[in-house]
Amino acid sequence: MSAVIEVSNLTKRFGRFTAVDDATFTVAENSITGLLGRNGAGKTTLMQLITAQQFATSGTIDVFGSTPVENAQVLQNICFIRESQRYPDEFRPKHVFRSAPWFFPNWDADFAARLVDDFRLPLNRRIKKMSRGQVSAVGVIVGLASRAPLTFFDEPYLGLDAVARQIFYDRLLEDYAEHPRTIVLSTHLIDEVANLLEHVIVIDGGRIVVNSDAESLRGSAVTVSGPAAAVDAFAAGREALGTERIGGLATATLASASAKDRADAAASGLELGPVSLQQLIIRLTTSEGATS
Amino acid sequence: MDESRPIFVQIAEQIENDIISGALAEESQVPSTNEFAAFYRINPATAGKGVNLLVDNGILYKKRGIGMFVTAGAQQRLRGERKDRFADEYLSPLIEEAAKLGITSDELIALIRKGDGK
Repeated sequence: MSAVIEVSNLTKRFGRFTAVDDATFTVAENSITGLLGRNGAGKTTLMQLITAQQFATSGTIDVFGSTPVENAQVLQNICFIRESQRYPDEFRPKHVFRSAPWFFPNWDADFAARLVDDFRLPLNRRIKKMSRGQVSAVGVIVGLASRAPLTFFDEPYLGLDAVARQIFYDRLLEDYAEHPRTIVLSTHLIDEVANLLEHVIVIDGGRIVVNSDAESLRGSAVTVSGPAAAVDAFAAGREALGTERIGGLATATLASASAKDRADAAASGLELGPVSLQQLIIRLTTSEGATS
Repeated sequence: MDESRPIFVQIAEQIENDIISGALAEESQVPSTNEFAAFYRINPATAGKGVNLLVDNGILYKKRGIGMFVTAGAQQRLRGERKDRFADEYLSPLIEEAAKLGITSDELIALIRKGDGK
């Protein structure tokens, strides 16, 4: 699979603050990639750099094989849905959807109309007067119906209720299957999107800490629980991401466990349990959990 | 979905279950990868991996340009494979738990007979 985004040794500083620190990764064509991390980890800055809304301090970014900076050829293939998109004061959703085809050559007006129905979006209400969730729905509809070859959703669903989020996931999967394209999804609701992702990039403090396909990430981490002494003995010498204790019992989370590790744990009478993607990422990006 | 095992393996097992139960008849067409992805709400690439696992094992076969079909004899074969794994996957944990609770083999057999008769 060829790469749509190639980032190498990318660094972005704002004064003395380093928002993105020596990041290197690629995003494969026609994949759904999750860009995950805590607030202020550098997710938005990274997406702004890739979409040429910020300039890199150092390092290189290639999008569709060339630099995105002031490159109309590249930028017309990108749709970036931001967390809090601003619209002109007088704008109503119908204005947004009417102007979208000027920017997105693949715009599908019928699909947009269906999504408006799905989200029960009032087309004629001024966006200023709409609820937080409705404003998010406008962005989500633009992101889906634009069918841009490279689409970024940056925390797209602030205020969207559970039903609307499910609609977003379902429509995204359906439309992605019919019209394969590259999607980068940044979100805090990791459990909700875990099964949609093919690839996962985790950024923490500006550094890329995970860059892996979702399936192998899921399979790798385990929890080991049992009597505290046995758990501690097992965890010693292995890469434990953290240990929780209750009474005389403990549960340690390991980033990975080989078949031998699993057999050893079973032989010591310890129970192995799964770790969800969300739990794993919490472990990886909690400072005190990071000590190994 | 169960967190402890890869999703594509679970998709493959789900399809196998439907073949064993007869819900998916031999020589009938199975849903497309995209339909599986939409139904289970998973990435189409993951669904494709699950389906390909069954193609590689000869449980499903592809007809070019038409889709995926259940191989003749697949039901029998899957039943045999599951029976081979039955003791390991179901009996061992049962016996282990019974031993933990102090249930004797005779009591266990009586319980099974009782459960079977209802």
